Amino acid sequence: MERRNGGTVGRYTTGARINHWITAGSLVLMALSGLALFHPSLFFLTHLFGGGQSTRIIHPWIGVVLFFGFAGLFIRFWAYNLWNRDDTQWMKQSGDVINAREEKLPEIGRYNAGQKLVFWAMTLLIAVLFLSGIVLWDTYFHAYFTIGQKRLAAVVHAFAAVITILVWIVHVYAAIWVKGTVRAMTRGSVTGGWAWRHHRKWLREVVQKR
Amino acid sequence: MATLQSLDIKRRSATTEPPPHVRGNAIEVAKLIDVSKCIGCKACQAACLEWNDLREEVGYNTGVYDNPADLSPATWTLMRFTEFDNKGNLEWLIRKDGCMHCEDPGCLKACPAPGAIVQYQNGIVDFVSENCIGCGYCVKGCPFNIPRISQADNKAYKCTLCSDRVAVGQAPACAKACPTQAIYFGSKDDMIAHAEERIVDLKERGYANAGLYDPKGVGGTHVMYVLHHADQPELYAGLPNEPRISRLVELWKGGTKPLALAGIGLAAVVGFFHYIVKGPNEVTEEDDERADQINR
Ligand code: SF4
Repeated sequence: MERRNGGTVGRYTTGARINHWITAGSLVLMALSGLALFHPSLFFLTHLFGGGQSTRIIHPWIGVVLFFGFAGLFIRFWAYNLWNRDDTQWMKQSGDVINAREEKLPEIGRYNAGQKLVFWAMTLLIAVLFLSGIVLWDTYFHAYFTIGQKRLAAVVHAFAAVITILVWIVHVYAAIWVKGTVRAMTRGSVTGGWAWRHHRKWLREVVQKR
Repeated sequence: MATLQSLDIKRRSATTEPPPHVRGNAIEVAKLIDVSKCIGCKACQAACLEWNDLREEVGYNTGVYDNPADLSPATWTLMRFTEFDNKGNLEWLIRKDGCMHCEDPGCLKACPAPGAIVQYQNGIVDFVSENCIGCGYCVKGCPFNIPRISQADNKAYKCTLCSDRVAVGQAPACAKACPTQAIYFGSKDDMIAHAEERIVDLKERGYANAGLYDPKGVGGTHVMYVLHHADQPELYAGLPNEPRISRLVELWKGGTKPLALAGIGLAAVVGFFHYIVKGPNEVTEEDDERADQINR
């Protein structure tokens, strides 16, 4: 007998998916081109972008794409990411989270606390990276900032970038670990079973609205 | 310009492996600028343009003798004029500004491009333009505000201490051109010895605070000044008193980088092993059935 999967539930519109993947692609390119200039042992990554000068030219422009890409995601999703009591409870049970004992966790709406933290961390980090990046973008802005400000911006930019990469690792790993997640961003829908297991409150809401 | 094959390299920017160093017998050189002997004729400025084949654009008179107004990709050395009222006695302090060739160069520390900045064993700090990517990090690293990025090719430029001349046993062009011999060139030891003689002389003439500018905060420099007022270097168009590489630059370029990379690597490894130990988080048949009951 064919196993049923609880039907499907729409999770992301086509627009949201395109928006996400533009942002994701530019974030990966930002990380690669940024790491190339971050440490000598990674300078070889500049070859992916056509050399050192080209990497230096291209990095901030991809940053602009990333900034506007993320701004789009922010406008789409910020309201779903407001913190509530269940999130605090979920955080307290992080042991149950990493051990996948989901039956012990509170019922979760559209996003769980981990996803919300990733969202707000990325919001803050991308804003900081964008602003400090402007200060470092000498080609167009060298005359507007002092050397002291640029030194500070360089430290802040590098620090924020490292944290961003760590948050990105968490985000990607969660998508790999929790099976059935990636299709939300590739096909736009998830299975009912997935929604029941991970976002039960959200599933109930969706069903109720029908 | 490529690096000079006949000069051993002490440090190379953004490089983890040792540079060529078979000779290991280089004498540390230095340029000594005796500010008390300078008449501000700018012969050194002209000689620098000529030897290095640079052309500065015709600029504007800004109302002072400084011309051009600032260092630029074509002006690697610049006379900076300061009028100092020494208790009713007007002194015209003229300092030849340019790269100090720091023993501990902030520009080289900050540079992310392998081999774009080298320090030869003789102490000269040289920019190797073909490797420069134009990021401007050297500008942030330098405690003396020396490097300038060209609008034409987006590469950084500064005084080379005429490394090409020094490599074949010649003195820098500016030292050759100076009509009052305010610029000396030789081994660092000889230059310090000569400076001491000059300082004794200046003290006899009433400059009680005459002294040598060889700031220890950057490990000493391979361009040194004899100053009449060595206790107040700022008088000389803002020559920094006790310069050192900014702590921010050290934080940015120091041990935190390998730590950060290790942290990133660790996060990936932890994720990998979490998967290996816990296995994927999969939807169960029960989840599907429960969903079926409400999702129709
Ligand atoms: S003065 Fe500036 S450019 Fe010259 S060696 Fe020192 S840090 Fe580098």
